[in-house]
Amino acid sequence: MAKTFSIKRQPGFATIAMFCFFLLYLPIATLVVYSFNSGSSIAIWEGFSLRWFQSAWNNQQVIEASVRSLQIAAVAAVIATACATLAAIATTRTAPYRGLTIKYSIINMPLLVPEIVTAVALLILFSRVKVWTGYSGLGYLIVAHAAFCIPFAYMPIRARLESMDLSLERAASDLYASSFQTFRYVTLPLLWPGILAGLMLAFVISLDDVVITEFVKSGGQDTLPTYMLGQLRRVVTPEMNAISTVFLVISLAIVTLFFFLSRTPQKDNE
Amino acid sequence: MTLSAQDATEQRQKKHVRDRWLLSAPALILIIAASVGPLLIVVLYSFLAPGSYGDVKWEFSTEGWFNVLFTRDIFDDTVSLADAHFSIFWRSIKLAFATTVFCLIFGFPTAYFIATRAPHNRSLWLFLITIPFWTNMLIRTFAIQEVIRSEGIINTLLMKIGIISAPIQMMFTDFAIMLGMTYVFLPLMVLPLYASLEKLDFRLIEAGYDLYASRFGVLWRIIIPLVKPGIIAGSILVFVPALSSYVVPRVLGGGKNLMVGNLIELQFGQGRNWPLGAALSVTLVIIVLFAMLYYVRNASKSGGSAHG
Repeated sequence: MAKTFSIKRQPGFATIAMFCFFLLYLPIATLVVYSFNSGSSIAIWEGFSLRWFQSAWNNQQVIEASVRSLQIAAVAAVIATACATLAAIATTRTAPYRGLTIKYSIINMPLLVPEIVTAVALLILFSRVKVWTGYSGLGYLIVAHAAFCIPFAYMPIRARLESMDLSLERAASDLYASSFQTFRYVTLPLLWPGILAGLMLAFVISLDDVVITEFVKSGGQDTLPTYMLGQLRRVVTPEMNAISTVFLVISLAIVTLFFFLSRTPQKDNE
Repeated sequence: MTLSAQDATEQRQKKHVRDRWLLSAPALILIIAASVGPLLIVVLYSFLAPGSYGDVKWEFSTEGWFNVLFTRDIFDDTVSLADAHFSIFWRSIKLAFATTVFCLIFGFPTAYFIATRAPHNRSLWLFLITIPFWTNMLIRTFAIQEVIRSEGIINTLLMKIGIISAPIQMMFTDFAIMLGMTYVFLPLMVLPLYASLEKLDFRLIEAGYDLYASRFGVLWRIIIPLVKPGIIAGSILVFVPALSSYVVPRVLGGGKNLMVGNLIELQFGQGRNWPLGAALSVTLVIIVLFAMLYYVRNASKSGGSAHG
């Protein structure tokens, strides 16, 4: 029997794609599997055990760094999302006005500048500010994180605003709602999934940051990624795998949630 | 009468624009304070003299920029080209380029594969591509390290089978850096490629086959020209972060195989030459800007021809 001729098929492409998916997940899978190794090797399997998770849990430095990471990510994500929401409202559903393109470029600026350069720039700036003010707390990290998280929070919020049905807002103002009332009771409830998606994206981006944190942090302000970066230079035990696995699970949970939130409501016309 | 009505609309228009500025002010101020503004300080610092213990002395100097290209001998002040800097910049460009090519070779078929799935399955495949992207880059780099190190899974496996008797040294080589960057940046290639492949009009491909084109002919002369904007977008999106990569070469390259990012860090750490570090940073930004400009110009050109 002759195979039907498919115009979409390209020879070998499916194989390469499968190979690609395999390669993408192989290192991560290996990493996760060996976090359950009972031996202290990261290549020779000696049996199942949770000892490395336990050892990570009892490692004071790991716990402190994790808590710090979560604190910074939470505060920075909230600030970034609040700023991004306002900015998204200001840059959508409006006739073009002078400065709109400049706004776009400024908001997207953190995505364009190489991270290492931003890191160095902040190191210079904050080292001055530290001398002037004497303050050396987590504030610097939070400000830095919030700034580079804004474009990430901005994207899903703006996408949501642009895909929203305008007729409801028009109806509200036809019924004499003030612009604040329209925003509070019509726009905001509809926008909420976008805002949540932006918040989660910002949170994950902040949680993952290594380079900027590495340069901005003061002594004793290691976050989990910078702690891990420091440890990678030494002999690595499966404890690193265990920390990574927990980290992966948290990120994955947030991203999966984001995936479902940012999906536009399924329409029946498909 | 009409004049005042006009005035009123103008007033409203002005208030509208002012409100918009007010609303976007927090985001703009924060980004300017912690991203754009500091960049200007870097430019300023590149024209100052280095302090003895890091930081700078407040006097104008072009020594930072001079040091990007030349080195001055400590003893007799003879000037020679800064070979180390050239070779590091050159290595960065080479590695970033190779990474882009590998991402394209693997990413194109993958994006094509996803784009030709049934519509309701595509988002799941796409999700599988984005998951690694949202997981911590450091962890992914660490995962690659685990796989390729001397006591890692590949070497252990190969030695058990008996193909090799001593582990292959893969860590701390340019190959390791390239492999790591390809692994880390692959999703950045697949996503824009998918975006253009998804819009591909398969009637054109059918027409190609009707006119007796081969599979390869269709790929080379119809599909690739049509998705060229996506190829360029993906290439830039991979090339730019690869060029300025810091974590991957630091972890997988060890201390010897530096890239620009590590060279910059060195000036602010052990090197204690902040103006040189600042000048190197500005150089990197300029290279990145050129890549971006090239991308924007190409994107607008192909956008225009698509309508024409």
